[in-house]
Amino acid sequence: MSYNVNNKGYYGEFGGAYIPEMLYPNVEELRQNYLKIMGEPSFQKEFNQLLKDYVGRPSPLYFAKRLSAKHKTKIYLKREDLNHTGAHKINNTIGQILMAQRLGKKRIIAETGAGQHGVATATVCALMGLECIVYMGEIDIARQAPNVARMKMLGATVVPALSGSRTLKDATNEAIRDWINNPVDTHYIIGSVVGPHPYPDMVARFQSVVSDEIQWQLYELEGTTKPNYVVACVGGGSNAAGAYYHYLEDTEVKLIAVEAAGLGVDSGESAATSVLGKEGIIHGSKTLLMQTKDGQIIEPYSISAGLDYPGVGPMHANLYKTGRAEFISITDDEAMKAGLELCKLEGIIPAIESSHALAIFEQKKFKPNDIVVLSLSGRGDKDLDTYINHFKL
Amino acid sequence: MNRINKKLQEDKKLLSIYFTAGYPNLNDTVTIIQDLEKSGVDMIEIGLPFSDPLADGPTIQASSTQALKNGMTTEVLFSQLKDIRKSVNIPLIIMGYFNPMLQYGVEAFCKKCAEIGIDGLIIPDLPVDVYNEQYKATFEKYELINMFLITPQTSVERINFIDSISNGFIYMVSSASVTGSNSGFGDEQTKYFKRIAEMNLKNPQIIGFGISNNETFTQATTHAKGAIIGSAFIKHLTNNGVNTITNFVSSILK
Repeated sequence: MSYNVNNKGYYGEFGGAYIPEMLYPNVEELRQNYLKIMGEPSFQKEFNQLLKDYVGRPSPLYFAKRLSAKHKTKIYLKREDLNHTGAHKINNTIGQILMAQRLGKKRIIAETGAGQHGVATATVCALMGLECIVYMGEIDIARQAPNVARMKMLGATVVPALSGSRTLKDATNEAIRDWINNPVDTHYIIGSVVGPHPYPDMVARFQSVVSDEIQWQLYELEGTTKPNYVVACVGGGSNAAGAYYHYLEDTEVKLIAVEAAGLGVDSGESAATSVLGKEGIIHGSKTLLMQTKDGQIIEPYSISAGLDYPGVGPMHANLYKTGRAEFISITDDEAMKAGLELCKLEGIIPAIESSHALAIFEQKKFKPNDIVVLSLSGRGDKDLDTYINHFKL
Repeated sequence: MNRINKKLQEDKKLLSIYFTAGYPNLNDTVTIIQDLEKSGVDMIEIGLPFSDPLADGPTIQASSTQALKNGMTTEVLFSQLKDIRKSVNIPLIIMGYFNPMLQYGVEAFCKKCAEIGIDGLIIPDLPVDVYNEQYKATFEKYELINMFLITPQTSVERINFIDSISNGFIYMVSSASVTGSNSGFGDEQTKYFKRIAEMNLKNPQIIGFGISNNETFTQATTHAKGAIIGSAFIKHLTNNGVNTITNFVSSILK
């Protein structure tokens, strides 16, 4: 059994491309070309060069000594928070902007929730001199003002999504509608391992640099390429896909996916898709998603704007269904506490998304000799207001 | 013979109207259908509302959101339609996104449609290949026709494939757009309408998206068997309620 995508675009029973005919030419063009383009030596050279010189890769694999001592195990942090723009998101946008250029596209669109992917997209568009339009829910625009300002400074046009619940899923709908209206000159940079095939696979491949680096970095530090555990938070699932990628088929390495429980899995205010979701179709992909009995999509909740997506990437749906990854739900309070703990113990202010992953050490006990690699997917600068409000700082 | 096929054989240009079930009010469904038939409409697409209608513009989105707020569900729609064939004879098509059908159960959904007397389905986000491999047999078992879309960007090869597996009409999307965009057709669209007409496909074509008045209806039906109006009709309902449906239809067919 493989945990990677098959040649029809499915991970087990999940994935595929459930798209209106209007999107078929765009998605088909990408499907036919993405592997070929990614395999070209000139693409690889430019991609790797930008990851090194512009993003600042490789990101350190850092042994968190005091955190490890506290939780009586060996914890390594993969420092995606040190990337340019502050999170793993840029690995994907660099890859996709190069893809868009090679497909001859002149106009870039993207969706964003908290604004991290929007900023990462606006950044690479500025870098390449391409027009950039970012769709963002009207409610998110109001609560993420600094990122809206960043995108504007970088030259992007931020368009409010006024439909539905006016958050990430609606911003995604609007971006898809834009693509339907502009089928020839536009590339849609999806920010996570979601959407119709080939997006989940393409984004996972761009993010796979994370586990590629973990392998050789861990070898230098521990004499093995294999940790006992890889831990990552999952909203749509792009940082987890990157951290897992080269370990997917190696079942000696255990995978842990951390979802946002919000106010609690049973509270009605949650984003724990694996627990609360049922199989269905969202944004062109068959996956697990939070929906009513009637098949209407439910708006999730988490204190972390990067985790409140009502679906999950098809790779992760399959990892859940097959039991390849263990899924753990962490509440707002548990995540915030773990985030503050990292500040005090290691001098690192994590993004609240990453704080969810950090919170598992209170829930799950590891052996003293276990090597636990945790994807520290982003930095907490963007979350200062939330931390301040939560802890009354 | 399925009512859709029979209708397509009539020697006239066809007007099909889309409306969102549950809008403006939850229980307007049957009245709207009856009045549309009385007004001379040839076919009706009953929209099953979805929370995230990707292919639709603001008008149909807003009507869907309102219909869901009003309490429309798949169950409610089926129960509203249960006696519809006692009063309505023209072809009835359910148009909706795939997820609500998947949750209801595709077979159960088809079975219910057959019981009510629904003639066909239009499911924009159920791809042709998935339908062909997984659901075609079920649709055929219940004698439901599934209509597929083509757009100005659809390749000749794919149009021929879609034509080969279709047995009703081909839903021609008039331009690269979501529903409710544009006003009026330009040279590019006329060229596309002609190009498709000259392919002599086995299935007649009905043009949708961007048709809002007598002028665009006439333009579209010059090259195709019929045309579908959605957003413009919803706007009419928003502005005038359900009492002046005849006025709307006669303004199109004048």
